[in-house]
Parts: sequence; C-alpha cells; structure tokens
Amino acid sequence: MTALTRHRLFWPAAVLVVLLVSNVFFAPRFFSITVHDGHLYGSLIDVLRSSTPLVLVALGMTVVIATGGIDLSVGSVMAIAGAVACLMIGDLPNQDSIGGVLLAVAAAIGLAVVLGLWNGVLVSVIGIQPIIATLILMVAGRGIAQLLTSGQIINVSSPPFRVIGAGYFLALPVSVLIVAAVVAIAVMLTRRSALGVLVEAVGASPTASRLAGIRARGLTIMAYVFAAVCAAVAGLIFSSNVASADSNAAGNLIELDAILAVVIGGTALTGGRFSLAGSVLGAVLISALDITTYTIGIPAETTLLFKAVVVVVLCLSQSAAFRAVVLRRRRTAGAPA
Amino acid sequence: MTAVTSPPRTAPPAPAARRRRWADRRHVPVLVTLALLVGMYGTGVANYENFSDTQVLLNVFVDNAFLLVVAAGMTFVILTGGIDLSVGAVVALTTVVAATLLHAGWPAAVVLPLVLLMGTVLGLGMGAVIHYFKVEPFIATLAGMFLARGLSLLINRNSIPITDPFWTAMAQKRIRFAPGIFISTSVVIALVVVLVAAYVLAYTRFGRTVYAIGGNADSALLMGLPVGRTRIAVYTVSGFCSSLGGVLLSFYMLSGYSLHAQGMELDAIAAVVIGGVLLTGGSGYLFGTVLGVLLLGLIQTIITFQGTLSSWWTKIVIGILLFGFIVLQRLVTRRAR
Repeated sequence: MTALTRHRLFWPAAVLVVLLVSNVFFAPRFFSITVHDGHLYGSLIDVLRSSTPLVLVALGMTVVIATGGIDLSVGSVMAIAGAVACLMIGDLPNQDSIGGVLLAVAAAIGLAVVLGLWNGVLVSVIGIQPIIATLILMVAGRGIAQLLTSGQIINVSSPPFRVIGAGYFLALPVSVLIVAAVVAIAVMLTRRSALGVLVEAVGASPTASRLAGIRARGLTIMAYVFAAVCAAVAGLIFSSNVASADSNAAGNLIELDAILAVVIGGTALTGGRFSLAGSVLGAVLISALDITTYTIGIPAETTLLFKAVVVVVLCLSQSAAFRAVVLRRRRTAGAPA
Repeated sequence: MTAVTSPPRTAPPAPAARRRRWADRRHVPVLVTLALLVGMYGTGVANYENFSDTQVLLNVFVDNAFLLVVAAGMTFVILTGGIDLSVGAVVALTTVVAATLLHAGWPAAVVLPLVLLMGTVLGLGMGAVIHYFKVEPFIATLAGMFLARGLSLLINRNSIPITDPFWTAMAQKRIRFAPGIFISTSVVIALVVVLVAAYVLAYTRFGRTVYAIGGNADSALLMGLPVGRTRIAVYTVSGFCSSLGGVLLSFYMLSGYSLHAQGMELDAIAAVVIGGVLLTGGSGYLFGTVLGVLLLGLIQTIITFQGTLSSWWTKIVIGILLFGFIVLQRLVTRRAR
C-alpha cells in the first residue's frame, strides 16, 4: 500500500478519480456511456475529447522541459497552424477534396517544423535562455497568425477537415485516436530506445552530456521541433472542432496549462527527468477540472482559482523545504509550545 | 555569471581607460535602445504630419504610465534573476477590487491604501514561497497569476464603471504646460515611482544587494548579504508596483474589469529586456526600462499614425525588437566573459 501511495502518479490519479466521482452528485448520468449511431457518447468521452489539445501540447512541453528548457510559444504555434490550414482549405475550389485537406494539414505541420527549428536554434546554437527565446515567438507568433487571417475568424465547411476534431473512427473520436497514436510513438521513442535517456542527460547537465559524446545541440533542437509539431496538431484539432480559425482564441494561455500539467505529472521544471504518462494524466486532470466546475455550475472562469490552489499545493508538496517544515511541526505538535 | 556585471558604485578603483571600457560595454544595450528610440521618432516626424507635436510624445507617457510603473517593479525582479508573471493579473484584480468597493460606497481614502496593500501582500506572499520553500519564481508567480485573475473573475465577470469623484477627478485632471500641451496626474505618479526606484537601485544598500543577487546569489550569500530578505522584498516591490499600476489603469479606464491588462506581464518583460536589463540578472538600468516602455509606446503611436497598418503589427515589431535585443545582449555578455 505504501508502495502504491509513493508512486509519483498516485496523487494526480487519485485527484482525477475524486474529481470524476464528485461529478456524479451533480450529473447522475456522468459515468454512463451510450452507443449512438455506432459512436460512443458520454461525459467521460467528452472529458477525453476536450482534453486532446492540452494533452498534445503538454506532451511536447514535457520533452522540452526534460532538456531543461521551456516553450512559451506553443499557443501561438497552435494559432498559426489553425490559421494556415483554414486559409488553404478556404482557398480550395472544392472543400470536400481529401487531397487538398491533407495538403493543408501537411503545410501547417511543415510550418510548425520551421517554427520549432527557430526556437531550437535560438536556444541551443545562439544560447538564449529558453523562456526568452520562446517569448519572441509567443509575442510575434500571435501577430503572425492574425496577419494570416487579417484579424478575422476564418470559417471553413470542409467535411474531411472536420473529421480531425469532430469525427469518429471505430466508434471512437478521431482526435482521441490521433493523440493516442502520438503518445504511443513518443513513449516508444523515449522508453524503448536510448533517446529518452539522452534527453534526460542533456537536461541534467548539457556540459557533461556534451563531454560524454552526446550531441546535445541536435537533441535540444529536436525537442523544440517535437513541441511545435505537437502544438500544430493540437491547433488543427482545435480549429477542426470549431470549423474555423480564431487567431485570438486558439491556444490562448495554453502554455500555462501545459506547464501546469507537466508539473502535476511529476516532471521537475529543472529538467533531467520526465514522465510522459504523468503529463498526459496531468492534462486530463486539468480538463476534468474544467468540466467538473462546469457541471457543478460554477462559472467556468473561476477554474483559474482552483488551478491556482492546485499549483500551490503541488509545488509545496514537491518542495523539500516545505515538507521539512510540516514534518517538523507534526513531530513537535504534542510538545508544549 | 562573472562579477563584471556589478553596479558602478561597488566597482573597485581602476585605471581610467579600463573603467571607461567596462562602463561602455554595460551601457551598450541602453545606448542602442536610445538610438533606436530617436531613430524611430525621427522616422515618425519625417513621415507623418503632426507627429512632431509635443503632445504626441507626451501622450506616449499618458497612455503608458501604468506600464511604466509595472515595468519598474519588474526591473527589480529581473535584476535578481527572477521573473514575475503575476503582474497583469494583479493589475486587473486591483481595478476590480477598487471598482467594487467604490461602487459599494466606500470612500476613496480607504479604498486606495487598501488595494495598494493587497498587491503588496500578494507580492510578499509569492516572495516568501519562493524563498522559504524554494519554489521556482516562474511557478510561484504563475500560481499568483491564476489566483489573482481567478479572484477578480470571482468578484465580478463584468466591467464595473467607476463614478467616484476622486477617481474621476484624477482621470480628468490635466497638468498644462501650454495650450494643448498637458500630462495627466498618472504620469507624475509614474515619474515619481521611476525616480525613487532608480535612486534605490543606484544608491542604496538594498539596490546593491539586488544587483549582487543577480550577479551570483551564492557569492552574495557568502558575502553576508541579506539574500533571503532582499529576494522577498523584490517580489513585494513588484506586487506594490503592480497594484499601483492597477490604480493608474483604473484612473485611465475609469472601470474595473477582470480582463484588463491581459498579457501585460509580457509587455513589462519585453520593456525590461529591450531596455537592456540582462534576463539572467545582475546588469541593467532602470533608465533602460523607461526607454523600453517608451519604445513600445512609440511603436503603437506610429502604427496609429500609419492608419493602414493593423494593430497586430505591434506584436510582430515587438517580437522582432525582442529578438534583436536578446541577440545583442548575448553578444555583449559573451564578450564580457
């Protein structure tokens, strides 16, 4: 039992379960999953579906944080990806054409690779602090997205594009399947090959890993490219779901939620050690928090307050200094003051 | 970081020529910002009618007085090598609390100190968490941001107009130098804050400790400097400046709104960086921050005068400037090492 509670994913998982169960009191049918037209429907499926962009962004963020960096530009990359895709689809003579949609998706992801390279080169070649290097793209990127869409919300009515965010395949939402595939690939690459260890080595000490013959520079750039591609896919899911590109709303403040998810998942912000499963769990937990406050009937914006409390509690519980203070208090609690 | 970046007052006596070289290097970023500011103003005067009006320049101050105060607080934090992401949210919270209390009929003489105290206490709390529990500034102030924004949304999600006589008097009061040439009281308050902050940083023991912590916190501790107290004080100062900035913004807008000042933390960080303060801490001047704020304001003014450019160009230009200055900083510090 103590081994279970000591597992670093135990507390996030426990909080998630408590959150989901508490929903039953306000929405009795919360756990019921129905099959309708061969699709699965239900609140749990909704939690999964609504969490997909955040899970993807948090996944990329985890790898970047593992190298000792941070990526603030993910929200802007989401907006740019959605803008590019919707712009290209809007220009298609026939929006039903699958080839055209695939081309638009490829263009969005290709652009994300370029943006990721930009971030990675700034951090590892020029040697700028990650938070600042990515701040540039965070500020300018949203401007670029607005420039692409001329500040308008671009609506598209393309059934093939709609599939990405709102479609179903084998009774499951396509977006969830996409995310599951990306997570699986990321886990395979990092845990079934030496890649994960190398990334952790770079995060723990770039100098030592370079002396050990690891190509730290290339790995760091790769991490930022991965984060940007994840963000682009998240942007595609987001804009496909609402069938439009909204440069202001897409990915607004998602970088903070993603960092929060990573921290909840037990990855230290100092780098050198990471848990992809933890970040996925953290991201689902944050989405569940949003949905729970919604079902309880609390105004959606006040989830921020809950998030603040969660961050504070998590950070304090991860802080060795805080644990030392609390444990000492508890030990001397019986003694006269 | 090397000790080269210590402030001028603590530098040991050196041969005049050598000292001048060091001084030059430290001043390069500020001088570049100044040159850019002058160049940009010149371009504006050359291209647009009426741009040379004194009032255009004064309006940059009038429209950015609150940012000036917030950025001054941020300068202290960044000089120690930290960061404060909560400033925009604290500004919003201040406007909401002030508007709510004034609406409830509280006298301005009570509301004003109360909201200033609130921001200061928030900053103190974040500083204490950062120092005592060794939580990273990024995360602690992120929690502060969620908390402040969540609180303001909880209090009221709508914009609350302010009709208090003191507030409207402050909003409408103009200090006139000549017909059509004026500044608002906010500008006077902002300039006083800037002067006090510049004095504190340059001439007091506290200021020297701030630079020393940013240069090398471990060395500062070994030198017997009050590192913990100073670090907490720096976030307290930033909290105070944020709430004062909030008060100035509520003078300017005459309303309290939970979505005021969104993204202001990034404007403030950008202003500080463009002003030549090193993000790793330990080097830079408050005067640079003032120039940074003016530069951001001037970009906005030029875009307004141009008329055909959309406001999102502001973001792209700020991004390009950030990039340029960070690369410049990088070159300057690399040579200093």
